[in-house]
Amino acid sequence: MHEWALAEAVISAASQIADKEGLREVTEVKIKVGELQQIELDILEFALSQLKPAKFKNAKFSIEIEKAKLKCRVCGYIWFFGKEKLDENMAEAIHFVPEIAHTYIKCPKCSSPDFEILKGRGVWLESIKGVKLGDG
Amino acid sequence: MVDPRISIIDERLKDIRNIIAVSSGKGGVGKSLIASILALTLAKKNYKVGLFDLDFTSPSTHIILGAERLKPKEEKGIVPPHVHGLKYMSIVYYSGEYASPLRGADVSNALIELLSITRWGKLDFLVIDMPPGIGDATLDLIRLIKSIRFLVVTTPSPLAYETVRKLISLLKALKIPLIGVVENMKVSESNLIQQQVRKMDVAFLGEISFDTKVERTIGNVNMLLETAFAEKVEEIISKIEF
Repeated sequence: MHEWALAEAVISAASQIADKEGLREVTEVKIKVGELQQIELDILEFALSQLKPAKFKNAKFSIEIEKAKLKCRVCGYIWFFGKEKLDENMAEAIHFVPEIAHTYIKCPKCSSPDFEILKGRGVWLESIKGVKLGDG
Repeated sequence: MVDPRISIIDERLKDIRNIIAVSSGKGGVGKSLIASILALTLAKKNYKVGLFDLDFTSPSTHIILGAERLKPKEEKGIVPPHVHGLKYMSIVYYSGEYASPLRGADVSNALIELLSITRWGKLDFLVIDMPPGIGDATLDLIRLIKSIRFLVVTTPSPLAYETVRKLISLLKALKIPLIGVVENMKVSESNLIQQQVRKMDVAFLGEISFDTKVERTIGNVNMLLETAFAEKVEEIISKIEF
C-alpha cells in the first residue's frame, strides 16, 4: 500500500494547484506513472478515490503509464526496462525507491550501472482542469 | 508536469519536534558513529527518536546498530522498523549487500522519494546521518526541511577543518541553525579547532579523544554505549539545549 502515500502526494499537490488557480471544483486530473516503479494501478486509483476532498468529488482521474527508457552514460546504448529480468526482491526494492535500479540493473551492452532514466520514473501530476470561482 | 512528492513532505514531518543533521565537510570523521550514539542516547532518555541514514552511496549506520536483516512495514507508505528503541530508516533495506552507484540527481530523487513515503509518526528527535560534503543531500535537506538544524563534526586535522569551515560558512550564509561543532579523534592537546570555531561565532560542543576500542564494538550497541567515546558523546549531548 505504498501507492497510498503516492496518492496522498498527488491529492496534496493537486489541491495546492487548484487553490492557487482559484478552482472551486476540479473536473479532471491527469497523472503520469512511470513503468519503472511498477505501481499497482488499481490500488492507486482506489487510494485516490478515498482521499479526494470535496472539491474533487466529480473529478475524473486519468492515469497514463509511461514506458521506462534507459540510456547508458558509458556506451550510449538506449533500452527499455524489462522487469522480467529481476527477481521479486529486486523488483520490490525498485518499486519503493526507483533509484535502486542502479543497484540491480546494468546496461545490456556494456554492463555499466551508470545509466540515465530518460523516461518512466515516478509519479507525475500532468495537469488539472476545473471550474474557476465565479464561473457559471 | 509537477512532481507531487514535494508537496507531502511537510505533512510527513509535521509531528517531529527536532530534526538534526549530523554533517561534515569530510568523510571518515565519525559522523555515523556520533549520529548513532546521539540517537541511541536520546532514546535511552525516553525520547521518541528516529535515525535516518542519508548516506545513500555508503550507508553504514546499519552496521553500527547491527541491524542488517530488517525490512520496513508497508502501511499507507513505509513505516521504519524499531531497532534498539529507534525508528530506523536506511536505503540498505532496498540495496542490501550491493553497491548503489548514484549520481547527484539520483541521490536527490531517492531522498525525495523516501521523505515523501516514510511515515515517522510522532518523534521528539529525528537524527539524520549525512553523507560528507555540501552536495545534493545537504542542499536538498536545506530546501525541503524548514526546521532542520546541523550538528557538525570535524577532526583536529586542518584538512577536515577546512572543509568544515566551508560548510559552516554556507549554513550561516543560508541562515540555517547550527547546534555547534564536535571535534572528534583528538590525539593531542590543542585548542586550535575550538578557537577557530568560536571565531566563527559557532558553539564548540566538545572534543572526543580517539578511542581505539570503538571499532571492536561495531554491531553491538550495548558494548558501544559503554565505550569512553559514547560516554563523551552523552556528556556533550547533555549540555545541548534542544
